[in-house]
Parts: sequence; C-alpha cells; structure tokens
Amino acid sequence: MNFLVFVKQVPDTETKIQIAGDGKSIVEDGVNFIVSPYDEIAIEEALLRKEALGGEITVATMGPNRGEAALRTALAMGCDKAVHLEDGAFEGADSFATAKALAAVVKKLNPDLVFFGKQGVGTDNTQVGQMVAEMAGFGHIGMCVKLEVDGDKIKGEREIEGGRETVEVSLPAVVVAQKGLNEPRYPALRGIMQAKRKPIEKLTVADLGLSADEVGAAGSRTEFASLELPPAREAGKKLEVEPEVAAKEIVAFLKNEAKAL
Amino acid sequence: MILVFAEQRDGVLKKASKEAVSEGKRLSSKLSVPVAALLMGKGADQAVDEVKKFGPDKVFVMEGASLDQYSADGFAEATANVAKEQGATVILFPATTMGVDVSPRVAARVEAGLVSDITGLDVADGKLVAIKPVYSGKALATVKFKSDIQMVTLRSNVFPLEENSSAPEVTKVDAAGISPKGMVVSTELKEGGKVELGEAAIIVSGGRGLKGPENFPLIEEVARLLGGAVGASRAAVDAGWIEHSHQVGQTGKVVSPVVYIACGISGAIQHIAGMGSSKFIIAINKDEDAPIFNIASLGIVGDLFKIIPALTEELKKLA
Repeated sequence: MNFLVFVKQVPDTETKIQIAGDGKSIVEDGVNFIVSPYDEIAIEEALLRKEALGGEITVATMGPNRGEAALRTALAMGCDKAVHLEDGAFEGADSFATAKALAAVVKKLNPDLVFFGKQGVGTDNTQVGQMVAEMAGFGHIGMCVKLEVDGDKIKGEREIEGGRETVEVSLPAVVVAQKGLNEPRYPALRGIMQAKRKPIEKLTVADLGLSADEVGAAGSRTEFASLELPPAREAGKKLEVEPEVAAKEIVAFLKNEAKAL
Repeated sequence: MILVFAEQRDGVLKKASKEAVSEGKRLSSKLSVPVAALLMGKGADQAVDEVKKFGPDKVFVMEGASLDQYSADGFAEATANVAKEQGATVILFPATTMGVDVSPRVAARVEAGLVSDITGLDVADGKLVAIKPVYSGKALATVKFKSDIQMVTLRSNVFPLEENSSAPEVTKVDAAGISPKGMVVSTELKEGGKVELGEAAIIVSGGRGLKGPENFPLIEEVARLLGGAVGASRAAVDAGWIEHSHQVGQTGKVVSPVVYIACGISGAIQHIAGMGSSKFIIAINKDEDAPIFNIASLGIVGDLFKIIPALTEELKKLA
C-alpha cells in the first residue's frame, strides 16, 4: 500500500509569541521549529499501517528551506522518502492555496491512504486535510482517534460532542489524525543516521503542473490584515484563607461577579 | 444571501447552531441581504420550528436516504449545491465537530475563503472581517477575504443568542443525486447529562495537583452541581488520569467559557493558551507563585483537597 503523510513545521508550543514589524506575522528569530504535534500522530499512524500491511511511506511538506528539518524528523521516525514543496510562489498560502498545492501532490503520487494531523499548531484551522480530500475526490475521516484498514476500505472512530461516531470510507481516502489515535515514537539513533541518506525530492509549482497564481498568497482566498497580542489579563484578588471561607468566596464570586449561579 | 448551516441531530438543533443563526441575522442587517438556515439530515424537519425563533428569512430542509447518516462529503456536496443555487455570498457554520469537518469541503467546492473558529465578526466595505485566535489564543488575527464567497466557523459560546421570531418560507430541497463516499455507520454517545467541553458555560478543570485519577470525582461533583463540564491539563491527560477529550490547551481544546475553575493547575503557557480567553477564571492552587494566579480573576491559595469539598458543601446548600 502507498502511504502519503503531510506535515507542517510550526513554532514549538512553548514559544512566546511576539508580533513582527509588519504587524501581521510573528518574530521567527530564536523560535524553535518542530513538526506540528498532530502531524507526528499522522506519521506514527502511517508507520503502524506500513508495519502491518507493507508498502512505502512518502512524507511531504510545503514551506521554506527550514522545512527540511521536519522531513528529516519524519524520515528518522521511519518514513521512506520525502517531498519538499519549496518555491517562493508557495509563500503566504492560506488553507485553500495550501490544499491546492497538496492536492496536486496527491494526484502526482497516487497514494491509497493520505494522513494529515488535525491542525497545524499555530494557524489552528483544521481545514487542509478535508480540503485536499475534496479536491482529490477522496472520502475522509476527520478527528480520527481509532483506525482499522479492512481490504479496500477503512473504518475509523472520530470524536463528536458527547461521544464518538464510526465512519466507513472506501480507499483511496484521507485520515485526519486527532490526539489519542496513537502514541508517536521517538526517532532512534539508527533512524536518525539512516534518515540522512534517504531522498528528499524538491518540487516547484511548475513540477506540480500548477501556475503561480493558483498557489501561495496569489491563490489564497483569505489574508491576514493584522496580528495582535490578546489584551493582557489582570490578576484579581488572591486569598489565602480557611477552606470554608474560600468556598464562600468562590460561591459569592460565581453569584455576584460572574452571574453564573 | 447569507446561508447558515444549522446543525441538528435527530431533530434537536445545536445551541451552537442557534448562535450561528443569531449571528447570521445580525449580519443580514449589516449587509442588507436575507439570511437562510439550512437544516440537513434525519430529523431536519422537526428542527424547523426551533430554528424559526432566531429570525431566518428562509429555511431550507434537506432530508433523504443519502443524508440519513452523517457524511462529511455528502453533507458538503448538499450544502454547496444549496449555496450555489441560492447565490450565497456568506456561509456560516458552527465550529462543532460536524461544522469543522464539513466546512472545508464546502469551501473547496465553492472556492471560498474559510476562517475557522472565529471569535469576532464584522463588516467593512461590504465584506466580512473575522477575528481569529491563532497559536491557541496567544495572538489574535484580523482576517479579510479575497474570494466572492466568504465562509467562517463560529466558536461556541462567543456569539450571543438572539431570539427574533420570523415567519420564514420553508423549502424542501431534494437530496437525490448525493452519493456519499464516507458515511457514519454507528454512533456511541456517553451516558446522558454530561456537558460537552466546547459548549460549556462553566468548566471545572483538574491538573497535576489532583494527584491521581481517583480524585477526579471531586471536580466532577463540582462540575455537576454547577451544570458545567470537566476539563483537564495536559499533565493529567498524559498521566492517563482522564481521557484526552477533556484536555484543555494547545494540544487539546481551546475553550472560552464564562467561568473556568482551575484546580491544581499551575498554568503552563500551553494551558493558558487554551483557556486564557475565558470570561472569568478562578484558580485554586497550593503554590502561591503558580503562574495561573497571574490571570485569575479570583485566586485561592490553599489545599484543594480541603477547599473543593467545602465548595461542594456550599453549592449543595444552594441546590
């Protein structure tokens, strides 16, 4: 079976966000970039499937040169080869323009099963996996927390309000991984060494048969007008009192301030 | 036209859908265009009376064998069909698990810009301007649209409900021709009465300070008495004390309840990102230097194993 995993390189979740001079992006100096945590779950799921069913895993990312580190991490975890969409024309893409480019990768590689993480930590959109599925004409399982491959179809559980639902989709299909699906492995030293020799193919807009106005900022349907830090919260009163007094204070607060009782 | 995807399950309209229709109605006056609610799937017909209360000019009802069970691509195709036929320029979704799953496919079909999980919406020069938390709320983006059709999903509990009775024209739409690729084959709901994290007005959350899974019932009781939901820090989830579906924070849910009660949670940056936009925050922690106190509207320094039982007693007196 052919597997394709899309990953995104994002700022470490520990990052303290600072707004850059343009007022619509973040300061990247000193930021540690990692594979988006949900994408690690997507990689792990592809590895588990390959271990069970055989086949080959391609990992792909779109982004600047530093994105190669994310691909090396995925290769070190066990993916077989990598594709890097690196072209100035891809820059500034929103979800739609990103999906357009990634759907072209799907068409080119013709995978049976495509994995995405639930969201790129940072943009927090949960859009690209579903959009790629639609553009590629595939069914998908979103927010997937349990997956079974059964011949030419997959069955997966997804989280919904107050429970779970089981979705069945024929292959080829997209799976959007949610935390809980598996526990991603750490790359072993041997994997890290092997990853250095695994191939990374660079693809440009032209390689995907797309034109520059379909991708990147030009192909985007939305744009950031500005980015701001949220208003700072001020600490209210802090009490160190007997438990019974504290309980009464909390109830009074819920009643009088929050008007929640 | 403004089209609102009003999620219903078995005839019950979601609260988040009511919020979305209310917002659609407000937008309709700002943009001077009509607003329509779209009800889809089994039971859609029974949700008509409820959706009318929030003032739509039109209601579209789509039922049929192909839509009896939820299907992301089937529901997306159906929604996109209505949007195209009606010439919708704005499509609103609640940011429910269904809205989040369907909306990107609709956007891909109608080539629309989509902004997810927004917390503010306005109009400038006849186009929408959305406020969207990014980096789990560590920053707020103002997002504009370049596409003709503009789509957003609305975060629960943010956009106020507004009853606005109307006598809309109700139109049945044929669902024939929709052939879903993926389909729900079974649904398993947990025992009733539990309030969902994303929809809760009050969240009582526990962290490492709870010391073990056996102590979660302490905060579950407080949540039950307050009619709220139970949350947890990543530390508690990673330790296996409670399921991931309860996790609040950067790799869990981002929530904006009216009141967030943090019990034994120190306040790591990833956790604060997930709940920092709560209207009121109450923190109980034995460490007076815990960062959570920097953002707490009410901070209680002390032993949660003494304070929470006392709080439970106080709340029972009110019941």
